[in-house]
Amino acid sequence: MKILGRLPVPRLPDMSDADQKRAAIFLGALAFAIAYPFIEGMFGLRLQTKLIPVLLFIVLALGLNVVVGFAGLLDLGYAAFFAIGAYTVAFMTSSESPFAFTDTSPMNFWLAMIVAAIVAGIFGVLLGAPTLRLRGDYLAIVTLGFGEIVPLVIRNAHEVTKGTQGMKPIGFPELPFVKWGFATEPWYFLVLGILLLSIFLTSRLQRSRIGRAWMAIREDEVAASSIGINPVTTKLFAFSLGASFSGFAGSVWASYLQVISPDQFQFSVSIFVLLMIVIGGMGNIPGVIVGGLILGGFDRVLTDAISGALRTLGSTFDIAFLREADISRARTLIYGTALVALMLVRPEGILPSARRKMELHAAEEDEGEAAQQRETLFESQR
Amino acid sequence: MALLELEKVDAYYGHIQALRGISITVEKGEIVTLIGSNGAGKTTTLRTISGIVRPRAGSVTLDGRDLARVPANRIVSLGIAHSPEGRRIFPRMSVKENLEMGAYARGAVDLTEDFDRVFGLFPRLKERITQVAGTLSGGEQQMLAIGRALMARPTLLLLDEPSMGLAPVLVELVFETIKDINRLGMSILLVEQNALMALTVAKRGYVLQTGSIVLADSAEELAKNEMVRKAYLGEE
Repeated sequence: MKILGRLPVPRLPDMSDADQKRAAIFLGALAFAIAYPFIEGMFGLRLQTKLIPVLLFIVLALGLNVVVGFAGLLDLGYAAFFAIGAYTVAFMTSSESPFAFTDTSPMNFWLAMIVAAIVAGIFGVLLGAPTLRLRGDYLAIVTLGFGEIVPLVIRNAHEVTKGTQGMKPIGFPELPFVKWGFATEPWYFLVLGILLLSIFLTSRLQRSRIGRAWMAIREDEVAASSIGINPVTTKLFAFSLGASFSGFAGSVWASYLQVISPDQFQFSVSIFVLLMIVIGGMGNIPGVIVGGLILGGFDRVLTDAISGALRTLGSTFDIAFLREADISRARTLIYGTALVALMLVRPEGILPSARRKMELHAAEEDEGEAAQQRETLFESQR
Repeated sequence: MALLELEKVDAYYGHIQALRGISITVEKGEIVTLIGSNGAGKTTTLRTISGIVRPRAGSVTLDGRDLARVPANRIVSLGIAHSPEGRRIFPRMSVKENLEMGAYARGAVDLTEDFDRVFGLFPRLKERITQVAGTLSGGEQQMLAIGRALMARPTLLLLDEPSMGLAPVLVELVFETIKDINRLGMSILLVEQNALMALTVAKRGYVLQTGSIVLADSAEELAKNEMVRKAYLGEE
């Protein structure tokens, strides 16, 4: 809370042109997102149910971006915290919960959501405290292990978690005048609201004092320490805040699906979220959103559309293998290829932060300069 | 009472002993220099004072306060700023951001006065305020490293090899600035390989050899000392 109290307030009068342009794009996109459920019928589209998971995964990506993009800590077990959040909500609100109180009076969803965020944050601290003293790749290895352990524990602790059978039903985010059933609009707006909140929080954090500290640590940990930044607590804060975000998103995910099982939180989920960040532009919030939209859109919307089109093509021209085409089976192949291509062409991502771009192209520029110098030297010798 | 006092400090890197019973004092308002060749323990001494290396024996006190249990990031708030060897500025941040980071330990305070002070000492930095620090010249980076340390408003400034890798003209400028900073009332502990320059600005000095202090005297006397002249001032 102390940190949130230090978040700077927006100063509208001295916005630069670029800021204004960004604000305009943001407001335009927001207006479209709000209007979308009302206008999709006009275009004959029915994508709302598919967009809800996409938006929620962008929330996850924004949270992971705090860890990976801002603080520079590679977390490969992000889905574990997503699972912890989802199961916490199930424990608090489901009739299948191991806790007796849920039979008579399950916890209110909104309260359970906060509990889920806190519990995931605590797990973040428990995992981060001993491991963040390590540097670089060790953290990646530990989080990778954690990401494997959590679904395994859930699968095997059958008495508590119902194992692979999954837990259901899960509490709804009750609101006055809103009926939670098969209607998708309430979910769409709920997730959109959560996404907006996440954008607001993470962008404030980035500009805050702690955001600067993360940046300093990412650049030079020893120098950061010498100006009075405690590297361990600063990194731990980023790590557990990211975990907390994941838990928060997990709680909504659980309620949306109404049944959760361990195989929804596999390693591939962590990688998928990380890919959104890498492809979009690490450390840059608009980039992460774009990356999330592209990957999520591809995963949820385009694969079906393309597979459908191929199948139609197959039956029209009577081509056997096309009739049964299913792009979603080749998903990982496509992501892998896309990632390799992107790393070759544009390693900083589609919409990078200016700083990250510089980091990745600094060597190139030095080289160019050196080549130029060599040339001038050569010229002068002649 | 001395501002800074090291008493019989031993420090190690793993099993290798880097400091052997080092005792040093810095009084308020003084410039004190540590001279010695590579590997003598000069940098280690500074790192021990700023808490990056922990002494295995002996004590480090600032204004009578024991620093042994104070973590490195808290030592800045107590009034010791360290401008480390090799500058270690934040290369992707602008000059202004680097300086702001220097005041990190002080919290959210108005920095106008501090910026004025640093730009008074280093007008060149003011011209480069929006430039990314990694693209500054070596001399400018050194100015920025010292400027960043000053932003913490230290009572004691630790300077590690401020003249390293600089053109002779810039070396003189840096040493002039060190005197200016001292006139502003700051005590300075200066580590230098350029013994001649260091001894001209300092009031007192210590000579380190393989982790021990072999000589301690006023800078004037050290500059006259035959051993110092032979070993560090390059005289036959």
